Amino acid sequence: MPVLVLAEHDHKTIKSATLNTIAAARKLDSEVHVLVAGHECDEAAQAASQIHGISKVLKTDAPELEKHLAENVAPLIVSVAKDYSHLLAPASTFGKNVLPRAAALLDTQQISDITAVIDADTFERLIYAGNAIATVKSSDSLKLITVRATAFDPVKADGGNSPIEEVAPTGDSGLSSFVGQELSKSDRPELGAARVVISGGRGVGSAENFAIIEKLADKLGGAVGASRAAVDAGYVSNDYQVGQTGKVVAPELYIAVGISGAIQHLAGMKDSKVIVAINKDEEAPIFQIADYGLVADLFEAVPELESKL
Amino acid sequence: MKILVPVKRAVDYNVKIRVKSDESGVELGNVKMSMNPFDEIAIEEATKLKESGKATEIIAVSIGPSQAQETIRTAMAIGADRGILVETDAPTDIGGVEPLAVAKTLKAIVDKESPDLVIMGKQSIDDDSNQTGQMLAALLGWAQGTFASEVNLGDGTVQVTREIDGGLETLELKMPAIVTTDLRLNEPRYASLPNIMKAKKKPLDIMKPEDLGVDYTPRLSVVKVNEPQPRVGGGKVTDIDELVDKLKNEAKVI
Repeated sequence: MPVLVLAEHDHKTIKSATLNTIAAARKLDSEVHVLVAGHECDEAAQAASQIHGISKVLKTDAPELEKHLAENVAPLIVSVAKDYSHLLAPASTFGKNVLPRAAALLDTQQISDITAVIDADTFERLIYAGNAIATVKSSDSLKLITVRATAFDPVKADGGNSPIEEVAPTGDSGLSSFVGQELSKSDRPELGAARVVISGGRGVGSAENFAIIEKLADKLGGAVGASRAAVDAGYVSNDYQVGQTGKVVAPELYIAVGISGAIQHLAGMKDSKVIVAINKDEEAPIFQIADYGLVADLFEAVPELESKL
Repeated sequence: MKILVPVKRAVDYNVKIRVKSDESGVELGNVKMSMNPFDEIAIEEATKLKESGKATEIIAVSIGPSQAQETIRTAMAIGADRGILVETDAPTDIGGVEPLAVAKTLKAIVDKESPDLVIMGKQSIDDDSNQTGQMLAALLGWAQGTFASEVNLGDGTVQVTREIDGGLETLELKMPAIVTTDLRLNEPRYASLPNIMKAKKKPLDIMKPEDLGVDYTPRLSVVKVNEPQPRVGGGKVTDIDELVDKLKNEAKVI
């Protein structure tokens, strides 16, 4: 039986976490199909058909799917589920919101946030904020799975040419409606997908001082992150938060500035390939996991680093 | 208006857990247990709605061992009026009863109690599944407002502002509805001593899963539990020039 990946998209482009999710799906040794559910989402469906390693795109286009409301997307997933052995979605706020709703409708115990595929029934997932890895085996005949994007290298977004098949919508539940949204405007890459992430902690001291972090990020073409302490102190908004209660990132280069390294923060970034820590407290726990630690005043070191790149 | 708040007894968030040497689970002997932090936010939010006159009764529900009565008493000390414990001896070290079975249990309780709103944590910090609220909403056919950072009651509706990747989103839900809490929704209060004393006298019903017709046989079996590979760090550089050199020539990341 083929496996189905629920695409995360903005009706025009496919979000990068979808590519990591497809990579996880490909480890199941089955054909991979991708479901694009949205409204006026032709461009996104076209983009999906280009993805390497998949064999079919399912597209459902209906006004009630425009805002990806879980009450409307979950019944659609249920309507196509019988043709598949596994349904996967990225463990983003989109996938986390929608997939458990579908899982309950299908009487399936979802497996959340997997980091490895052992076989068709067995998966690794992190528990206790990444302080333990559980290997779990599912006895459900249909498996619903969310995938931690950073644990799988993405498949290529091009090189494919899959057919697009229309799937009938399942209607508007009438239970919920979209009121509005407030997205952080930024020309920087998305935190979860950036090659370089520069994060600031409480040591940065104020919202204004975050400008030096942003300047360094712009020089490196990176994203800006923050520790929970910096978010709690009001320096930046919560969507910058890296950690157990925020986003999990694994960029090639992670630069932690003025971050002491609480367990909760480490849970969100310790899988980065190279970690740099800049902190004036040489006892800070962040240095124990950093590849390159620099004990220095961040207000001198960060501008100097930026000028020398 | 009645609000149901599920609360879970979980390992305290400050505890660094240890994996059992036989890889069968997580060591819970002598480990401090507390209310799951997201559930504290849920009980706080419900209490605020009651204090503002919008809610009339708060029921705290827990599913777990006998000791989960303490968790319910904590919820009562914050603001719950009464409690229900669905007692089970299911092992709790890797999250306890599975989310789908918890959702089915809560559905059975909702069917009896008919609350207008269920406010619950978005996830528990032991197994980190983040499923139960969405599943309960599905089983009841109710609307869901997950990862809430703001909740505003309207007339037969509730507006929920949600923390999503890249920002915030506001939805309007028909009531009854499920709201799951994110960290910024509120800051839970510390229960006062008089309220802790009063909580001891509030009614607490104890039930068994069989009373509610729910089967707790796990769908997922735990093959093993390991500790992650520790990261080897500790390298130091003396100045920015050395850092730039290492990043360019050793790590080759810039």
